[in-house]
Amino acid sequence: MSTTTARDLTSPAPAKASQARPRRGLRGNATLNFWLFTGPFLIGLVIFVFVPIGWSLWLSFFDARFTVTPSNFIGFDNYKTVLSDPNFTGSLVTFTVFAAFIVPTTWALSLGLALLVHRLTFMRAFFRSVFFLPTACSYVAASLIWKMSIFNGVRFGLANTVLGWFGVDQVAWLADPSPPWYWLVIVTLRLWLQAGFYMILFLAALQNIPSELYEAAAIDGAKPGWQTFRYITLPQLRATSTAVILLLLVAAYQAFDEFFNLMGKATWGQPPLVILYKTAIGVNQDYGQGSAGAVILTLLICIVTLFQGKIMGFGRGEESK
Amino acid sequence: MTTSTPPVDRPRRARRGSVIGNAGLYIAVGIAALLFLLPFYLIVRNSLMQDPEITGENWKWFPSHIQWGNITEPFHDASVDFGRSLINSAIVAVLTTAGTLLVCSLAAYGLARIPYKHANKVFYAVLATLMVPTAVTFVPSFVLVSSLGWVDSYRGLIIPGLFSGFTCFLFRQYFLGFPKELEEAARVDGLGYWGAYWRVVVPNSLNFFTAMATITFISGWNSFLWPLVIGQDPSSWTVQVALSSYMTNQTVNYHLIFMATAISILPLVFVFLFLQRWLVQGIAQTGIKG
Repeated sequence: MSTTTARDLTSPAPAKASQARPRRGLRGNATLNFWLFTGPFLIGLVIFVFVPIGWSLWLSFFDARFTVTPSNFIGFDNYKTVLSDPNFTGSLVTFTVFAAFIVPTTWALSLGLALLVHRLTFMRAFFRSVFFLPTACSYVAASLIWKMSIFNGVRFGLANTVLGWFGVDQVAWLADPSPPWYWLVIVTLRLWLQAGFYMILFLAALQNIPSELYEAAAIDGAKPGWQTFRYITLPQLRATSTAVILLLLVAAYQAFDEFFNLMGKATWGQPPLVILYKTAIGVNQDYGQGSAGAVILTLLICIVTLFQGKIMGFGRGEESK
Repeated sequence: MTTSTPPVDRPRRARRGSVIGNAGLYIAVGIAALLFLLPFYLIVRNSLMQDPEITGENWKWFPSHIQWGNITEPFHDASVDFGRSLINSAIVAVLTTAGTLLVCSLAAYGLARIPYKHANKVFYAVLATLMVPTAVTFVPSFVLVSSLGWVDSYRGLIIPGLFSGFTCFLFRQYFLGFPKELEEAARVDGLGYWGAYWRVVVPNSLNFFTAMATITFISGWNSFLWPLVIGQDPSSWTVQVALSSYMTNQTVNYHLIFMATAISILPLVFVFLFLQRWLVQGIAQTGIKG
C-alpha cells in the first residue's frame, strides 16, 4: 500500500505548485514534531551517555571502593594514583605502540585490496566477499583461532609448524614479552578482521573517481601505474583516507576483546580498557580510580581526534551536504 | 564535472591488459584470498577433528576421520550452557537491532528534516557523544546500570546500547540526501511529518534500513565488553562471553571449543552472504566518504 502511494507522488510538479500552503500549516507544530521524533533518543542519550559521564566525573573525586554513592571526597588523589600507576601509564604506551602498528598497516592493506579488487574483470564480487567476510567474525572467535590454532606456543600451531619446515626454532608467541612477538599476533588478528570493512569504503571511493582524470593524465603523458596512483588516485581518495584513519584510531583506542582473550593473565601488552576493566569491575571494584582513568582516557581521545582533525582537515561541517 | 561516468576500467585495462599482467593480478588476489579464508578453514578443520590429531606433532591439513558427532557436543557440555548463550545472543541482537533502528532513525529524521531553531545545538550534542566512544564510558555505565538493578538482565544488555550517536549520525547523513520532493508531495496530500515518515520515507529507504540493520545485528551479536561486564551470572552470558570462558577453563577441549566457535559464526555468515549487496551499498552510502 504505502509504496504505491509513494510512487504515485513522485512527480514533483504538483508539489512545487502548492508548496507554500502546506508548509505554513505544518510549521506551527514543527517544534512539537521535532521533540516527538528526537525525544526518545535524546532521553536515552542523556540517561545512558551524559549521566554516566557526569557520574564518572563526580566519582573520580571520591574514594569509591565497592560503592557508587561515596561520601569521602579526596580531590585529585584518584588521578594521582592512576597516573602514577605503572600499569595504567604502561597501557597508554601499549596503546601508542598498537596504534602506530595497526593504523598504517590497516590503511595500506585495505587500500591495496581495494585497488586489486577494483582492477578485476571477472569474479570481482567473489573476491570482494572473501575479503569482506571476516567482518562477520567476532574478536573473541578470532582470538580463539589465533591463540589456539595459529600462534600456539607449542608444536601443533600452524605458525610454528610452518617455521619448522624452514628449520626455524619454535616461538613462544604470547607467553614471552621479549622479543615482543605478541604484537605480530595482535596486529595480524585485527588486520584480518577489519581490513575488509575499510576496503569497501575505498572501493566506493575508487568508483567515484571520474575517468576523465585518468584520460587527461594519459594525454599529459603520465604512465599508468605509480604515477597515476601518486598524482590522481591518492589525492582523490584523500577524504576517504582521512575518515578511515580517524575511524581506525578510535577503534584502536577501544581495543579490548582480543587483548583480553589473547593475553589472559599476562602482565604485558595491556591496553587502557583492559586496565580500567580490571580496576573497576575486577576484585577491587574501585569505581573512583576506574572513573579517573576513564576521564583521562576520554580527554586523551578528544585531544587526539581534534589534533588529527586539524592536521587532516576533517571538518564535520563539510560532510553535511 | 561530477556527473556519473561510465566504468573507468575499460580503457585503462585495454591499454595495459596484457595477459601476463592479468595473470599476475589474479595470482596476487588468489593468494590473498586463501590467506583470508585460512582461519575459517582452521575452525572447520579443528571442529571436526579429534583432539589427539589437533595437538599431534605432525600438522595435518585434513582430518583423517571427520567427526560429525562433534556438532552436538557443545550443547551437552556441562561447564557452559552453550545453548542458552546462543538464545541470549539471538534475543539481545534482534531486540538491539530493532530498537536502535527505530530510535535512531526517528531522531535522525527529526534532526535532518524538521525545522526547529535549536536543532543544530541538539545535533552538536549528539556529535559530541561520537567523541566519547561507548567503550570508554563502560565504567560509569556499569555503575548506572547496576544501581538500576539491571545487571544480569536483558534490559541491562539491550537498553543502554540503543542510543547510538553514530547510528543516528549515519541515518541523518542518509536522510539529508533523501529526495525532498517525495516528502513534499506527501505533505500536499495532507500527511504530517509522522505520516510522511512512515508512509513515504521508510518504505523508500528499505535498502538503507536493511544495511544498517545488518551492521547493527553483526555488532550486537559480536559485542563482548558490555555483555562481559553485565553478565555476572552464567545464565545471562551471551555466546561471545561463553566462548571467552572456554579459553580460561582449566581443561582445554579443542574440538569442542572450535565447534562452539563455528556454531557462533554460522548465523552471521548466513546473514552476510544473503544481505551482502545491501551491506556493501549501505556502507558505501553512509556518508563516511566525506
